[in-house]
Amino acid sequence: MNALSSLLSLAYLGLAFLAPSPVSHLFGLAALGVTAFLRLSPTWRTLSLALLTLAFTVGLMRSGNTLGLIGLVGILVALTTLPRIPTGIRVLLALAILLLSVPLAGFANTFVFELGIQIGIYAAMALGLNVVVGMAGLLDLGYAAFFAVGAYTWAIFGSEQAKNFLQGNFPLPGEYMYLFMGIAIVTTALTGLLIGLPALRLRGDYLAIVTLGLGEVVRILANNLDHPINFTNGPQGITPVQRPPIDWFRQLMATLGVHLDRTTDYQLFFYFLVLLMIGLVVLVNVNLANSRFGRAWVAIREDEVAARSMGIPLLPTKLLAFMTGAAFSGVMGVIFAAQRTFVSPESFTLLASITILGMVILGGMGSIPGAILGAAALTILNLDVLKTFSEFVRISLPQIPNQVDPAKYERLVFGLILVLMMIFRPEGLIPEKRHRAEMEEA
Amino acid sequence: MLEQILALLPQVIFDGFILGFVYAMVALGYTMVYGVLELINFAHSEIFMIGAVVGVEVFRYLAPQVESGFLLLLLALILGGVVAGITAILVERFAYRPLRARGTTNRLVPLITAIGVSFILQDLVRLIEGLWHNEFFLRMRTVEDLEGSVSLFGGAIFAQTKSFILMGVSILMLVGLTYLVNRTKLGVAIRAVAQDLHTASLMGIDPDRIISRTFLIGGSLGGVAGVLFALQYTTITPYVGFLPGIKAFTAAVLGGIGNIPGAMLGGLVLGQLENFFGTYLPILTNGNFGTEYKDVVAFLILIFILLVRPQGLLGQVVKEKV
Repeated sequence: MNALSSLLSLAYLGLAFLAPSPVSHLFGLAALGVTAFLRLSPTWRTLSLALLTLAFTVGLMRSGNTLGLIGLVGILVALTTLPRIPTGIRVLLALAILLLSVPLAGFANTFVFELGIQIGIYAAMALGLNVVVGMAGLLDLGYAAFFAVGAYTWAIFGSEQAKNFLQGNFPLPGEYMYLFMGIAIVTTALTGLLIGLPALRLRGDYLAIVTLGLGEVVRILANNLDHPINFTNGPQGITPVQRPPIDWFRQLMATLGVHLDRTTDYQLFFYFLVLLMIGLVVLVNVNLANSRFGRAWVAIREDEVAARSMGIPLLPTKLLAFMTGAAFSGVMGVIFAAQRTFVSPESFTLLASITILGMVILGGMGSIPGAILGAAALTILNLDVLKTFSEFVRISLPQIPNQVDPAKYERLVFGLILVLMMIFRPEGLIPEKRHRAEMEEA
Repeated sequence: MLEQILALLPQVIFDGFILGFVYAMVALGYTMVYGVLELINFAHSEIFMIGAVVGVEVFRYLAPQVESGFLLLLLALILGGVVAGITAILVERFAYRPLRARGTTNRLVPLITAIGVSFILQDLVRLIEGLWHNEFFLRMRTVEDLEGSVSLFGGAIFAQTKSFILMGVSILMLVGLTYLVNRTKLGVAIRAVAQDLHTASLMGIDPDRIISRTFLIGGSLGGVAGVLFALQYTTITPYVGFLPGIKAFTAAVLGGIGNIPGAMLGGLVLGQLENFFGTYLPILTNGNFGTEYKDVVAFLILIFILLVRPQGLLGQVVKEKV
């Protein structure tokens, strides 16, 4: 058994090098499954994981296919969740994947960067929603609204848009983005306060419908606040939004011996920025989970009445969770606006909110590695797998009407994920301990 | 400006009733399911949409064969109600019942399932329409019998035959439902399950069966409302249920969730308010804020009610049991 997993890994390494194709990557994912789920001795397992890391990196570099990215994320998850792997090796492998494998693959195929950044932005948001839904048990169906508030906060002032209602020198220079990340935390947390104050007094299900409405209202405002005063530029959206200057980053990379060209420099920069943000968000998440507030949230989630009798003030505690989640989303909104240099109401629909919810559900409510895995899986599914599949359908089954294009049916896919997870595995793929206990108790 | 407002007022109130009756019928589905399961059945807005799509399809295919527009509409209403009702039963059977069978106490689980079902139904309808007609933007076919119009009160109200039919059918359905819930054996069983599912099951009531019937009744009401909605507003897509859905739920909360007369009242009030603001907002603000903001108004009403009278207009305060 032990040798088998390493043999499989080795075989995939060979395949990835000699014959990189979707089939060989699927083989690699199978090898990862064997490594993660069978009973193996820690040494062999570590060895296989290391081999697989190398193999997925080679696979990503040598083919236009991004299935390998799922493998790398899978290895990261395995490293954080599997027992009895030496800590040093865990850290070393994780760093190698994040700092070497992904950038190397990205230089070979810039789509990997694009995917990596999107996964990172969504992962950070999923972690924020995880605080609201997973820890405190508050169902927020308008989470993308906060993302929108954050994105527009920077987009309006980081473009010529602000000239319409303010005197002054707009766009603000790109460095201000860092300041606006702070401002977005405040504006989104305040938005959360404004919505939460009436909605959180009531039973949980009302929050769901109020946040659903809020998401819709923010979208309507973004679409229509181009008159009487043009704040949001309506459905056309705002472009170009300033990016921070990165000369220092180029120099830093040059001293490390990496020479960047015009297309990859910003992508690498935003990739690292997003990684940094995820690091921060995870840190905040872990600390919150073990804090007085984290325990209070879990208590409220499990039994509101009991929590109140233990002296937990319900409204302030729930508000705090709601505002924390909102603030995470707002910061990522600023980065999103700067990275794409373009913001429009299209990105903040109900579908976006449900996608983020789907990430949290798929990974497991309350589970930090789960949220990251969920974000990676759904982002890759959405941006890559569905598109590839629809390409395949178009070419091989031309008689099918063009309205039946798989890439347009994300709702069906996300809906199925939500329903099937709720029926068969409500605790998620990587369950958090308390949640599993709660779901099994009944 | 006041003159302009007053001149429009009769028409605004008339149109408000049309919208209000649609909301009232959809709100009943939300309120009945909430009554028995304490679940916001997000999928109900899609049941409504399915009714509308069935209505469009019946008109598309049967209009050349059936001579009388009224008979055609009757067929559409029956088919729309039946298909929507059956869909509602299937949703309950395959999505919600497995959760109940497992006895999950976590309140998020059924809510998230409901959202998922809602998304699945939207895209399933889109898929079916895509395969069938290679298009999912549907237009209701107009039939002459139903389009005839009259002017009332010296031209103050312009009203179409179909608008009167909409109101008439709605009132009939609402009266019928009230009779069914208050006077029949099934109605007693539904109220018993709503009051206390466990005790009801000790009194010889099969809760699963009653819940299924509740979905059937609420679903067919939603379906009928959908057909009438399609007749009135003509443009239908698989995503058309979402906004009326949220608003009908708002209406149910406005009237007092779980309360059947409350849902009707809430629907009518919300229809009037929304139509009022939708028409007058552009006039009052010199066109600076357009009709689009009527959705925002409905949402603000929801928040306002939750703040000042969370039990709704006709609801009673229920103490939370431990």
